[in-house]
Amino acid sequence: MRNFTSLLFAGGLGFFLLVLAADLPVGAAPMVAGEGILGQGPEAVGAANLVTAVVLAYRGIDTLGELSILFAAAAGVGLILSGMRRRADQRPDPEGGFILLAAADLLFPLLVIVGLYIVLHGHLTPGGGFQGGVILAAAFFLPLLGRPGDSLNHAVVNWVEGLAGGAFVLIGLWALAVKGDFLAPMLGKGALGSLFSAGTLPLLYIAVGLKVGAEIAGLMSTLQETEAAEP
Amino acid sequence: MYWITVLVVAIMILSALAVLLLPNLLAAVAASSVVSLALSVVFVIIRAPDVAMTEAAVGAGLSGVILVLALRRLGLWGLGDDNHPRPGDSLQGSGDDA
Amino acid sequence: MTLPPLEIVLYTGAVSLLIIGLAGLVMGDNLVRLVLALAVAEAGVNLLLVLSGFRQGAFAPILLEGRVPGPMVDPIPQALVLTAIVIGVGVQALALALVLRVRRAYGTVEMRTLRARLHEDLDAAAGLPPETSRNAPAVERPA
Repeated sequence: MRNFTSLLFAGGLGFFLLVLAADLPVGAAPMVAGEGILGQGPEAVGAANLVTAVVLAYRGIDTLGELSILFAAAAGVGLILSGMRRRADQRPDPEGGFILLAAADLLFPLLVIVGLYIVLHGHLTPGGGFQGGVILAAAFFLPLLGRPGDSLNHAVVNWVEGLAGGAFVLIGLWALAVKGDFLAPMLGKGALGSLFSAGTLPLLYIAVGLKVGAEIAGLMSTLQETEAAEP
Repeated sequence: MYWITVLVVAIMILSALAVLLLPNLLAAVAASSVVSLALSVVFVIIRAPDVAMTEAAVGAGLSGVILVLALRRLGLWGLGDDNHPRPGDSLQGSGDDA
Repeated sequence: MTLPPLEIVLYTGAVSLLIIGLAGLVMGDNLVRLVLALAVAEAGVNLLLVLSGFRQGAFAPILLEGRVPGPMVDPIPQALVLTAIVIGVGVQALALALVLRVRRAYGTVEMRTLRARLHEDLDAAAGLPPETSRNAPAVERPA
């Protein structure tokens, strides 16, 4: 009975949403702010990837808010799991086999290079601090998957995270002091499409990448160090 | 392009149903990774390469790892210490794999 | 037979993901499966948001060699969804940490068992004998 009412609810909601979707301007959605950004974005910001221009320049303060949400989530995970740390006498997961251990050693440098490349080229090609940061976190977590007894150095992770977050805010305040707008692009735009272009955007994306990477690596390491429940 | 889109959307919806209906939680986590992977292909089709990269890295990779780790810590997924050979064991006694 | 346009297929996919996720949230009994259903619903919402900026025949919002290749799709929903996906995984990890806590405190992740044990604890805290507080009239019925 409960399942039937739930299905009825979900079906009704689906019908409602489809009716709403039928009213949407399919095919030629009107762009209000997007048109302006597409028109003047390349000259005003200097980034070839306009999504990066929106993320870091036009909506930079949103990104700062997003980083604080991520920080709150990571801190919450640490707080909730703080009392469930695996004790020294408890057995960790068994060590990975030869394939996992060899692949972890082999892939670690490659993943770090790929992550840094994606972070550094965020203003030119698809990618950026969020994607690259996640790949960096995966690179640092992969050895832990093979050797569950080890753990990341949480002090270093916290320092990287704090310094990166501070750098993001400091660059924003610097722009506020010089140009009068928080996170306004600075340092000259350079040639469109070259690595050293778009002013402070690559610096901001490096800060975002380090912060996201440190947060997610710390989060996964905390989960890894949690004791297993008795079945 | 049209039929590729239809195929990918169908895969996405079917694996979303599999997330809810599969009795094994580990299989459900794998199905949710398939949803994310198909979704990242859809994002490429609708000209959003940045979002596609994020979805592929976060949804298909990272979120699967976090979910599987949590399953392991919840005791819902055993590594089968007795039934399967551990990495240090020799493979001689395991019987029927010849 | 005319085929529905591409947008209709994509909108159907997005709405279906949202509905499947919500149905799982309402009907699910296992806390881990609720987290999974939340992820599916979130994927549907992300697709719906990005679709709102999609136009057929337009290019991705990236300049090729410094030139505008033609009409481009709206970059703002893409930027919003980019951050939403990363927030989503943080929220998912937080939810899983809470599930781990629940598993440790009550020894189960099934909602029905959990509710029964929660009520037992509440009854014990209120000083009521177990199994009498619920499903029974508050006062004796007159004969």
